[in-house]
Amino acid sequence: MKEHSKHLVPGLVILVFGVAAPFLFPNYVFQFAILWLMITFALTWDTMGGQMGYNSLGNIVFFGVGMYVSALIQVGLYYDIGDYTAAYGAIKVDYTMEQYFTGLILGLIAAGLFAVVVAVAFGSIVFGLRGPYFAIGTLGVALAAGELIGAWDWVGAGSGISMPVYPGDPDDRALLYYFLLFVLGVATFLFLMCLYSTRFGLAINAIRDDEEKAEAMGIHTKRHKTVAWSISAFFLGISGGVFGNMAGFIEPLEVAFPTVTFGIFMVVMSLLGGKGTLWGPVLGATLFHIVKEVTWTQLLGWQWVVLGLLIIINVVFFQQGIIGWAQDKWPERFGIVVEEDAGGLTDQETAEVLTGKGAG
Amino acid sequence: MELIEVSGVSKSYGGVVANKQVSLKVPRGRITGLIGPNGSGKTTLFNSIVGYHPIDEGSIMFEGKEISHLRVQEIARLGLLRTFQQTRIYSKMDCIKNMLISVPHRTATFRDMFRPYSPELTDKAEHLLEFVGLYAKRRLISGDLSFGQQKLLEFAMALMSEPEVLLLDEPTAGINPTLINGLIDRLKRANEEFGITLFVIEHNMRVIMNLAENIYCIAHGEMLAEGTPKQIQNDQRVIDAYLGAH
Ligand SMILES: Nc1ncnc2c1ncn2[C@@H]1O[C@H](COP(=O)(O)OP(=O)(O)O)[C@@H](O)[C@H]1O
Ligand SMILES: [Mg+2]
Repeated sequence: MKEHSKHLVPGLVILVFGVAAPFLFPNYVFQFAILWLMITFALTWDTMGGQMGYNSLGNIVFFGVGMYVSALIQVGLYYDIGDYTAAYGAIKVDYTMEQYFTGLILGLIAAGLFAVVVAVAFGSIVFGLRGPYFAIGTLGVALAAGELIGAWDWVGAGSGISMPVYPGDPDDRALLYYFLLFVLGVATFLFLMCLYSTRFGLAINAIRDDEEKAEAMGIHTKRHKTVAWSISAFFLGISGGVFGNMAGFIEPLEVAFPTVTFGIFMVVMSLLGGKGTLWGPVLGATLFHIVKEVTWTQLLGWQWVVLGLLIIINVVFFQQGIIGWAQDKWPERFGIVVEEDAGGLTDQETAEVLTGKGAG
Repeated sequence: MELIEVSGVSKSYGGVVANKQVSLKVPRGRITGLIGPNGSGKTTLFNSIVGYHPIDEGSIMFEGKEISHLRVQEIARLGLLRTFQQTRIYSKMDCIKNMLISVPHRTATFRDMFRPYSPELTDKAEHLLEFVGLYAKRRLISGDLSFGQQKLLEFAMALMSEPEVLLLDEPTAGINPTLINGLIDRLKRANEEFGITLFVIEHNMRVIMNLAENIYCIAHGEMLAEGTPKQIQNDQRVIDAYLGAH
């Protein structure tokens, strides 16, 4: 665990801030909750896009699927789903605390697990695609998913589902969902930090650097790709379940499968912070979210222009993202050796080592 | 029983017949050579053996089992490994990481994916880097190494994965002549000390005469001759093929 110790100080600062934030800034609990959601988005996107080199534009599918699965379980435990959705929210649910939390907990677990099932199935179709074809293939699936749900009456079709109402104080409700997203974001980070330090981390990096070589060396590439996507899907599925409850009402296009907003934000945040790094997605998500919220309140109407500009500056001037740029500038601080100290062997010297003439 | 037995293998790319009814044997524990003019179909034969593409006809046996229908990874996991003519390493990672990724995947279970690398494996990686003269460069990003050093690294990665047989595609091509003798010596030692069977494509005649015990020569995709280095060197058909090709 020694290698993880360098994350300790920033980690603790963030943890303390995360716990204190809703009490220090009670008016911004919702915005802070969304910040943790964005961090989860960026981290899970980066597992595939940054660490493994598979740029998915369809990860939003897992978010939406998780949201719907959770909703159906929370409703379905106590009502007939078809009747409930047909009534367009006219059925007034009166859950007890116990019913509410039973549904929520089971719903979120099922959301994560079902998203994994979808990832395995989805992966078996699109993992044959490479580069831009993979990106477009996944985008197609994401767009289709929203449309399909929108045409399915049993789950409310385009009119969506109103979520069970929290049977308590609205302030408590806000805190509940804040802390759920906070814990999810932190759990995602810690899980990925540990994951990247195992063989799995190096293997998915190898797939990114040269998948054909990885195959020729016998690495189980398919297995690694499927697991990487399943892990992303698990956390995204849960995040969808939480977000659906927080929103209170879910529908396919704007809330569950917002491909051109949340779906693209995932990619942008990861690129901004530095893809393929542990902290890059966290930093990128935070920066992006702050810019987005500030421009939303200060420059209403210009928000998309500012965000667009941010993306352009990012991809034109520093494609490696902030952390990637810092790594290039101060490689030693990131444990990257470029100094040709003892390692400065020329071919001649390597030859002398090989023939036993050199000092070695 | 031969380790690899290729019988009557043909492979065409569209209209180009790259291999025509090629047969050869790679005996266990030896160093076998494969020579031939540029474009004669040597790399194509390697690609067929390792399952990189389906063959048009013929049979490829490894340890007595037909492997011509298996995929690249399955064949690699049987212990039949190849290096690339253009040299392929994970160029954004340092040498140690390149080595660690190359641990044998033959017996890797699902749970092994999530295990850390043991200190023993790091030791082994460092030993093998030392073996090929790259110990001092172990922490450098591998893409920054010279071409010859990258070839040495690719060779060390192959050793890391403990293959039964290693197919080397022009291991000395394009590398600094000062490195060649050291590399030949390491190939021989890998064969003698680690017991790895070698099957080597080589364009450099001096190298292959020095290295292999038995040599096959192909030209225009067809098997032309087989023999000891001495026999091959004096074979008029081989001399003609090489002269004719240039
Ligand atoms: N992927 C390919 N597509 C089409 N033709 C190919 C391909 N690979 C090799 N060839 C052709 O097959 C023949 C044999 O090539 P190759 O096996 O690379 O020869 P060698 O390794 O002996 O130099 C050449 O004529 C080459 O142009
Ligand atoms: Mg070749």
